[in-house]
This record gives sequence, structure tokens and C-alpha cells, in this order.
Amino acid sequence: MRKFLKSNFLFIFGPFIFLWSLRYLIPNYTIASKEPHWLYIPPKSCLGGCGTIEGLIPFVDWTNNLIQFLRRYEIFGLFTFRDFTRALANYVDVLLEFTEALLHKGFVGLGTGPLPWIIILTLAIILGLYLKGWRLAMLGGGCFLYLILFSKRGIWELSMKTLAAISVSAPLAALIGLMLGILAAKRKWFHDFLWPLLNILQSLPHFSYLILVVIFFGIGTKAGVIATIIFAFPPMARLTILGIKNISSEIKEAGVMAGCNKWQMLFKVEIPSARSPIMLGINQVIMQCLAMVVIAAFIGQPGLGHDLLVRLQGLRLGEAFEIGVAVVLIAITLDRYSQALAVKEPVRREGSIFQKYPFAISTLTAIVICTILVNIFPFFNEFPKDMTISASVYLDNAIKSFTRSLFVPLGIFRDWMLIYFLMPLKATFQSLPWTGVMLLVGAIGWKLGRWKICVTVMLFVFFIASSGYWVRAMITVYMVFASLLICSMIGIPLGIWASKKENRSKLVLNICDVFQTFPSFIYLLPAIMLFQISDVSAIFAIVIYSSIPMIRYTIFGLRSVPQHIIEAAITSGCTQRQLLWKVRMPLAFPEIILGANQTLMFSLFMVMIAGFIGTVDLSQEIFRALSFSDGGKGLIIGLCVAFIGLTADRLLVEWSKQMKLKLGFKN
Amino acid sequence: MKKLLSIFSAFLITFAFSFTTANADKSGVVKIPTHNWSSQLVGAEVVGELLKMVGEKVEYINMDSQAVYQAMADGDIDLVHEIWEGAFGASYEKAKAGGGIEEILTHDAVTREDWWYPNHVEKLCPGLPDWKALDKCSEKFARADSGGKGVFIGGPVDWLKHDAEKVEALGMNFMVKNAGSADAIWAELDAGVAKGEAVVVFNWSPNFIGAKYPGKFVEFPKHDPACTKDPAWGINKTALYDCGNPASGYLKLAVNADFKNNHPNGYKLMKQMNFSGPDIDKMANYKDTDGLEVSAAAQKWLDDHKSKWEPWVASSK
Repeated sequence: MRKFLKSNFLFIFGPFIFLWSLRYLIPNYTIASKEPHWLYIPPKSCLGGCGTIEGLIPFVDWTNNLIQFLRRYEIFGLFTFRDFTRALANYVDVLLEFTEALLHKGFVGLGTGPLPWIIILTLAIILGLYLKGWRLAMLGGGCFLYLILFSKRGIWELSMKTLAAISVSAPLAALIGLMLGILAAKRKWFHDFLWPLLNILQSLPHFSYLILVVIFFGIGTKAGVIATIIFAFPPMARLTILGIKNISSEIKEAGVMAGCNKWQMLFKVEIPSARSPIMLGINQVIMQCLAMVVIAAFIGQPGLGHDLLVRLQGLRLGEAFEIGVAVVLIAITLDRYSQALAVKEPVRREGSIFQKYPFAISTLTAIVICTILVNIFPFFNEFPKDMTISASVYLDNAIKSFTRSLFVPLGIFRDWMLIYFLMPLKATFQSLPWTGVMLLVGAIGWKLGRWKICVTVMLFVFFIASSGYWVRAMITVYMVFASLLICSMIGIPLGIWASKKENRSKLVLNICDVFQTFPSFIYLLPAIMLFQISDVSAIFAIVIYSSIPMIRYTIFGLRSVPQHIIEAAITSGCTQRQLLWKVRMPLAFPEIILGANQTLMFSLFMVMIAGFIGTVDLSQEIFRALSFSDGGKGLIIGLCVAFIGLTADRLLVEWSKQMKLKLGFKN
Repeated sequence: MKKLLSIFSAFLITFAFSFTTANADKSGVVKIPTHNWSSQLVGAEVVGELLKMVGEKVEYINMDSQAVYQAMADGDIDLVHEIWEGAFGASYEKAKAGGGIEEILTHDAVTREDWWYPNHVEKLCPGLPDWKALDKCSEKFARADSGGKGVFIGGPVDWLKHDAEKVEALGMNFMVKNAGSADAIWAELDAGVAKGEAVVVFNWSPNFIGAKYPGKFVEFPKHDPACTKDPAWGINKTALYDCGNPASGYLKLAVNADFKNNHPNGYKLMKQMNFSGPDIDKMANYKDTDGLEVSAAAQKWLDDHKSKWEPWVASSK
């Protein structure tokens, strides 16, 4: 790293230093001045009418025209694209009617209520036993028991609403992802089209496409489900492509020799061989769906997310916290269940029908017993409200008195951070000319030896600059950069500490799971109470969430250093300290770079949510677009955010890859 | 493989089954939006219950409070019963001008939205609620990142307040920091009260927060329609917005243009419905101060105000 920078210093920083020094030669060099020089801020152009657009190229107008076209233009004079999408939404609605009736509305036509809690609880326990064993069953049972017991303010009903939505969105997202993935694995042209699209979709902030979902699919649960699908299917498609492409040719040849036709090949050979990546994809889909619970509430999806927002509005942190715990428990339960499903191998049992199908029989028996119980004791149908508990008052007091006790020291810390770290950093970022940044990323791409990367990242920067949101984009970059620094300072030492012992790693990784699924909106408010509406509170909220991948990848990198290398180092007389710094860290460094890349992606998502605190970066513009249903603006700003992420992603991933090659890792 | 197949076949069966059970016709349902503040949530449920009494079916849809007006014009939403002049006037007027919306009435409740401070600030800054007094102690409101200026916590940018223009027109030593959401304002306020610091935030009345933390509005030069149109009006002869917000803004009720034909009974009910300021206050307080759930709070309001709504319902059947 040091050597790399030393030998290429002038090459990388040359154009950048040159342009930065221009500030002393050119008047109006800063962003703050009224008419900055075009080398610093892209000029406003007269494309599409003078004075009507903010930037050089009217991307927003073009997108809005396209949206208008899709809304109004009638294909074959019959129906518009919007009619088509609205019809699709109605199909989703049909599915929802069923799951909602099953879980919380009841079948009005049949005169039956929703599934009683006792049946759901029992089924969860039996499924846990079937998939893995009593520990998993305890987790599942404990999760649903929490939902029932803490249902003083309706957490059970809310969870059922959320589950009803997820049980439509997750299968649909998995199905769409699987089909697209298969098609892309089979046809090269489709792969070339889909892969970049997946990259963009995975780095596009949620809020940027919510407007489009509202325009084309309407509002309510169905719209929430569709937004969730858009967010959740890309990892599934990606993993399917990887899974099918990585099947060894021996297996395929065996299929050909057995005389498989195209479909048999696909369903009997390829999909089964790619089973574990596909199952991992399903697992990812479920987690993504739960991550969308709160966001989907913005376009009308009822359930845990919506009530969480309402409670936060009244500053009732304790109640919001209880809902947050419910989301975490559901997420972890579904995650562990689906992981267990992924690794479960079919078991062959011999003997009588009871011995052959113990779980099917016990499920049936449980349902019968539960139905009888439900009909005799109303207790089992609807858990009595006066037996539910709630710790929200204590939690509320605990959170508030905790923050209050930290007011004074943290106030000093906040001011120190602002004056000596954040404000100078922000000023530096704001004085960077767009031309310089473009040349800088281009030079790094060139140096990494790929002209393709060089051109791509330069185009990304050009898009951001010419769209007219350069100033705000740089504030976003500054916040992400500051968060990345802090995340590394927290995440790497913590990862090193945790990687030393197996059980420590396990503990830390579990805590990471909790923080990753805990709805981040909840700690926006304590952040404001502690740090006021300032960049410190936004960065605090970002860091809590984005340190997770840093910790994870550090642990993974350090723990996957080959044992024989460590032993060789010990036999050649390394001390513990030398072992860490001379052997394990350098070998884990490529993984840590990937961790930094993921941290950056997480930060970009969180920056958008931190906009609710009140920052003046791209997130503020996205919320403005959201409020005024400006679909084009939302999408273009979303693309700006995505391109910030993709620029860093391209460079960091390539760097890590080359370093791994140098260190002699395969792949 | 088998497992995958069985998952998908289960899914297909679900799909087929749901076709048979689904109730496709939804046009007969009155769609009421719910937003993220308490009085509106309780009020929506009150409106819904009243509509049920005159024989309508209702459905509640959670929705963004600015985007709701376009949705009402498109027919995705049937009515909005709390249209605040200050916060939503612009979005509402814009959507109404595009057609598809019928304005029904203006509630008796008057609304006020402006700079506001909790009571303890009066001790720190004598002379309040006058704006000149506020300007004099601006440095007490200063923060590390405000460059010596006082900080006013404004609402989110999309609420279209002209606070920055106001500061400039009146020549105040203040800067406007826009909160990203209403929650952010309350969190600031909560911390400010706990610390006993000087805070001035954007607030409105009727609002639940007044019951939690008593306070007052800052008195700016009185609002006049000319103030926002004619630069020559007011103290600053060359700038707009050298005045406070209207002290009595409207609270309106509007419906989708097809509502009259599709829901004649509901339409009659809407024509008579009218909430007063105390009504809005109570709806919020039942929920926020007494800690009732939304539906319980709505029921309590209905139980306590029978004499008010019974005539509306009686003449709408």
C-alpha cells in the first residue's frame, strides 16, 4: 500500500493537485461563491430551455417526459403502460387478499377468523424441530411467544399484517429472481443487460423509486409489496447466475450423456446442483424483505413499520423499541429457519407410516388438537389483552434518562467533532472541483490496469456532475467518507479482538445480526437528543449501522487465514504481535477492503435515512421529490447516489482482487 | 430439488386458491388516508366510523401527507379531512387546480404555524414573545456549527415555509436549520427542555406537543396577504415575507370529484361534518396524553360528543 502510493503518487494525485491549486489562479473557485468557475461546478446549460434546469444535461426532464409518456401513451390505442402495471398490481392484491385473510382478517365468506395464535406457535415449533432440532424450535417458539405476550399495543396483529405482506413479496421476489437468473445464465445478451441493472438496483436508495411505484402501481399494501420485490430480487438473481455458471462441466456432461433435453437439464441437473447458492438467495430475499418493512410503510403498507413510525412521531421511544425488537426477532427467526432449510438433506425413514412421516403426522395432530382447543377455550383463539405485558414505559424512561445523563460529556464531544474534524473535512470536500475528481477516479482506474474501469468511473462522475446535484452529492460523499473513517476505527479493532476466539466471534456476529435487522429509524431520535440536528447525529446513526460489514469482513478475513501459514509463522518464532501485524493482517487485507466497500454501500443507504434528521445532502432533495411526486427527480438523484457507490465499488473490488492475486489466493 | 418444486407448487396452489376467495370489486369502499400525526389518525378513524353509520364501507390507507392530494385527484384516495393551510396548502391548491378534487368545507378549527419556544426560554431571553427580543439574544441560540448565529429549527424543506426569507427580510441574526422530519423537531425540543437550553422551533397548533411542553409562538409583525405579494409592504420595503405566518390558517376538508356520485350518503355526511379546534386537540390528547390506542381514542371522542355528530348522521341516511 505504502509502496504503491509512493511510486504512483504524482500520477494519481497530479491532476488533482493541479486543479486544486487553480483555486489561487481562478476567481470564484468555491462552491459557495455565486458564480463558480465551470472547472469547479458544471455550468448550467440551455438544453431544454434556459434557466429551467439546474445542471448541464436535463436528465430530470427527460425522465419525467418518459414517465408522462408511459402514463398517457396508449399502446395499440388500447391501454397505457400504466394500465398494464396497475393490472399487475391487482394480481398482487389477489394474493394479498388470501394471506391477509389467513393471518389477520379471517375469511369473511367462509365465516372463519384468522389463524389462532396457538396454531401459529405450534406450527413454528414443529417446523423448527423438523428443520434442525430443539434449539431452533426454541428460537421460533420464543419469537412468537414474545409477539403474543408483548401484544398490549397490538404487536401480534401488526406482525401478522407484516407477515402477510412478506409471505407474498418474498416468494414473488424469489421467483422473479430465479427466472431472471436462469435466463441470464443461459443467454449472454441478457446477462450483459441484467448484470449492470442489478448493480444499479442494489445501490439505488429506496426512496428514489417509491415515487415511481406510487405512479405505476398505486398505494397501499400492494404498492409496499411491489417496492419490496424491487428491492429484494437482485441478490436472488445474482446468486442464481453464479450458482448455475459455477456448475462443473462434469455434472453437465453427465446430464447430456443421460440424454436430458433442455428442460430436464435445467430442472433435474442444473437447479439441483446450484441448490445451495439458490437457497442462500432465498435467505437473502427474506432478509431484504424485512429490511423494507419500515420503508414500505411510506407508501401505505400497514404493519409493524407503519406503527413504528407513528410511535416515533409521538416521541414514544419505548413503544417503538418494542416494535423494533419484534422486527429483529421475526427477521432472525426467518433467517435461521431458511438457513436450516438450505443445509437440510433429505432423510429416508423406514417402517410404519408413523415412523416414515413423523413430522407430517405430528403437524396434523397438532392442528387437530389446537382446533379443538380453540373451539373450547377462547383463550387459545385470542390471547386475552389483560394478560399481555409491556415494558415500554420503563424502556422509554431508560432510554431518555440514559441520553440525558450523557448530555454534558457528549455535548463537548459533539462540538469538538464539528469544529476540528467534520467542518474542515466538509470544507475540503466542497472545494474539490468536479473535473479534478473525475480525473482522480479515472487515474486510479487506469492505474489498476483496466481502461474499462477507468472509463466507467469517469462516466459515473460526469453523470453526477452534469445532473446538477454536484454540490449536494459532495456533501453526501463527505458524510460517507467521514463515516467510513469512523467505522474503520471501530470495526477493525473490534474485528481483531473478536477473531481471537471462536465464541467471541460468534457473540459479535450475533450482535451484528441484531443491529443489522433493528429498524434504524429508532436510533435517529436518540441521536438527535444526544447530538442535536447536526452532521454529528447523522454520522452517529450511519456508523451504528455501517460498522457491521467492517466487523464481519475483518473477522472473516482474519479467521480464514490458512492454518499452515500461521503454524509456519509460529515455528519461525513470531510473537503474537508479529503474527497479527506481519502475517494475519496483510493476508486478511483484501477481505478488509471488501468490508470497507460494503461499509460504504451501507453508509449510502443510511445517509438517505439520516435525511430524516435534517442534512442538506442528496437525501433532502430526494424527500422533496417524494413529497411532490416528482418521479424523474427522485430517480435521477437515486442514480447519483448509486453512481457514488458504484464508483467506489468498482475501484475497491478491483484493488482487492489484484491484491488477492498477488498474495496467491485463488479467485 | 423436490423441496424447491414443492415450495413453488405450494405457491401456485396459494395463487389459484386466492383467485377463488378474492373479492375483486373494491370500488364500493371509501378509502381514507392515515398520516403520521395523532389528531389525523384518530380523526380518520372517527370519520370512518361515522361513514360506517351511514352505510358506507371504509378502508384506511397509510400515505405521505403531501403526496395524498395527487392521489386524491387520481381517485386512489377518496377524502382528506385535515388539510392544513400552512403545511399542505401549496400541494393541495396545486392538485386542486389540476382537477379531480372537490372542496367540501372549511372546519371551524383555526390553525397557526410559526416559530415557537417552550416556556423556560422566556427566562433566558427576556422580552419574548416579541421577535425583536428574540433577535437580541440570538447568541444564546447559537451552536458550534452556526458561526455565531442563532439556530432556528425549521420543518422539513418540503413543508415550503419561508423561514430563511423571513430571517433575511427582517435582518435577524439567525440561521434556519431544516429538520428532516417532524420527529426530529420533537427530539430537539425534548432534549432542549431537558437541558434547559434556549431552543426555538417550528410548531403548530392545535398539536399534541403543546400538552407535553407548554410554550408560546413568537410574535412577528402581523400577517397580511400583501406581505407575501408586495415587497413594499411592512418593515423591509424591498423584500417579501417580513411578517409572521397567518395566525388563523384554514383547516379544510375535500373529496375526490367522483365521491358525490359513488357515495351519496357519505357525501351528505361530509357536507355537514365540521371539527372545532378543541375537537382536534382532544383527538390528539386522547391518544398522546391519555395513551389510548387510535381506535379507542376515536371511540372515546365519539362517545363524548354524541350531540355533535348524531344530527350529521341522522340527516345523511
